[in-house]
Amino acid sequence: MSEPLLQAVNLHCERDDRTLFRDLSFSILPGTLTRVEGPNGSGKTTLLRVLAGLNDNADGRVLWCGKDRSVSRESFLRNTLYIGHRPGIKPMLSPLENLKALTAGRVKCSEAALRQALNGTGLAGFENLPCRRLSAGQQRRVALARLLVADEPLWILDEIFTAIDAQGVEALERLLVQRVGEGGSIIVTTHHNLQVPGMQRISLGEGGHEL
Amino acid sequence: MSSDESEAKAILHAPESSSGALAAMKAVVLRDLKSSFRQPQDLLNPVLFFVLVVMLFPLGVSPEVAFLQKAGGGILWVAALLSVLLSLDHLFRHDFDDGTLEQMVLQPQPLFLLVLAKSMAHWVLTGLPLVLLTPLLAVMVHLEGNSIGVLCLTLLIGTPVLSLIGAIGAALTLGLRSAGVLLSLMIIPLYIPILIFGTGTVMAAAKGSPVTGQLALMGAFLVLAMTLAPFASAAALRISLSNG
Repeated sequence: MSEPLLQAVNLHCERDDRTLFRDLSFSILPGTLTRVEGPNGSGKTTLLRVLAGLNDNADGRVLWCGKDRSVSRESFLRNTLYIGHRPGIKPMLSPLENLKALTAGRVKCSEAALRQALNGTGLAGFENLPCRRLSAGQQRRVALARLLVADEPLWILDEIFTAIDAQGVEALERLLVQRVGEGGSIIVTTHHNLQVPGMQRISLGEGGHEL
Repeated sequence: MSSDESEAKAILHAPESSSGALAAMKAVVLRDLKSSFRQPQDLLNPVLFFVLVVMLFPLGVSPEVAFLQKAGGGILWVAALLSVLLSLDHLFRHDFDDGTLEQMVLQPQPLFLLVLAKSMAHWVLTGLPLVLLTPLLAVMVHLEGNSIGVLCLTLLIGTPVLSLIGAIGAALTLGLRSAGVLLSLMIIPLYIPILIFGTGTVMAAAKGSPVTGQLALMGAFLVLAMTLAPFASAAALRISLSNG
């Protein structure tokens, strides 16, 4: 069995006097997809933000490659890709400029590669338009173009299927399956009926527990 | 999960050192400059405020040359300080709302470097235009040649300090819905030393005394702000995002 990439140990989080999850422990192995499930407000996004290192308000420990994350924070940040509800797209910049800014200092890739990634998400012809002129789905696609150039072994994706059309959803599913096949790890939340063989599920809600 | 199909070993990438940090800082500056230049009305606000305050002073208080010569340096400094203060709330707000800030915090590069880059971009967009306008406005309030030069120099050293210190307050009040008042109350006391030294230097120059000592002290302020303020801002950003 290979070594887990990310481990959560006894995570406990309360918000506004409500327990979102307690004693939550799980491991993320290379080459697996983990789906975090639960009704609205059950703490899926909070859990993902805790795992991504954005939210420090949870008790418990998060281990990266077996070591406490604070010890290997740089390595963790370099090797984790997080795309949240608000994907960091600047409305006044073009998709290409946005993608360039988001990948700077992370992935070294040429402008041609970035253009190709935008083409791959169906944004060919929109590269130079300011993003505020694009539709919500198209703006989402700009963020998702990052996945096509990403080399991070761990992806944390919050509600990635939001505002994406049927074809896009299909292509995205294929991408996730392919990525898992190549040994990448993915953590997602979605209300979309995602089916991937060997999928690990974490169910939140009613106090929160692991399945 | 103990399945044996997951034999795959993750390939970890080593974080790049200095070249990655420089590339990330450059990306932050470029993104801010481009975003702002395509929305020029946001850029004009502090500049317009600065010009209007300085213009209204002679009308509202006294158009006498002797008075303006004496008070001119102080008027310009106070106007510059307030106009930087006005623009501070926007420093991180847009990035917070569209998620850019989350991505910035998750960059493998040290956050204080990226915050430093952001503060510098803020200075280029607000402080620098004020410095460039200063000679014109200084003539309007009848300052003399030597004083104008010294005033420009003090503002050139002082406005980056305003941006850097202001970033701490902007980062701390990020989670609040109406941060404006609190931000001003928090930041003004921290601005007072640089204001006193700035106006003091201009007054000394008007009297003909040497000002190199005061300028050197202001330079020390700038170096101190550049090295310490980004750490405080970075820590404040993490706290604000944790609760967001």
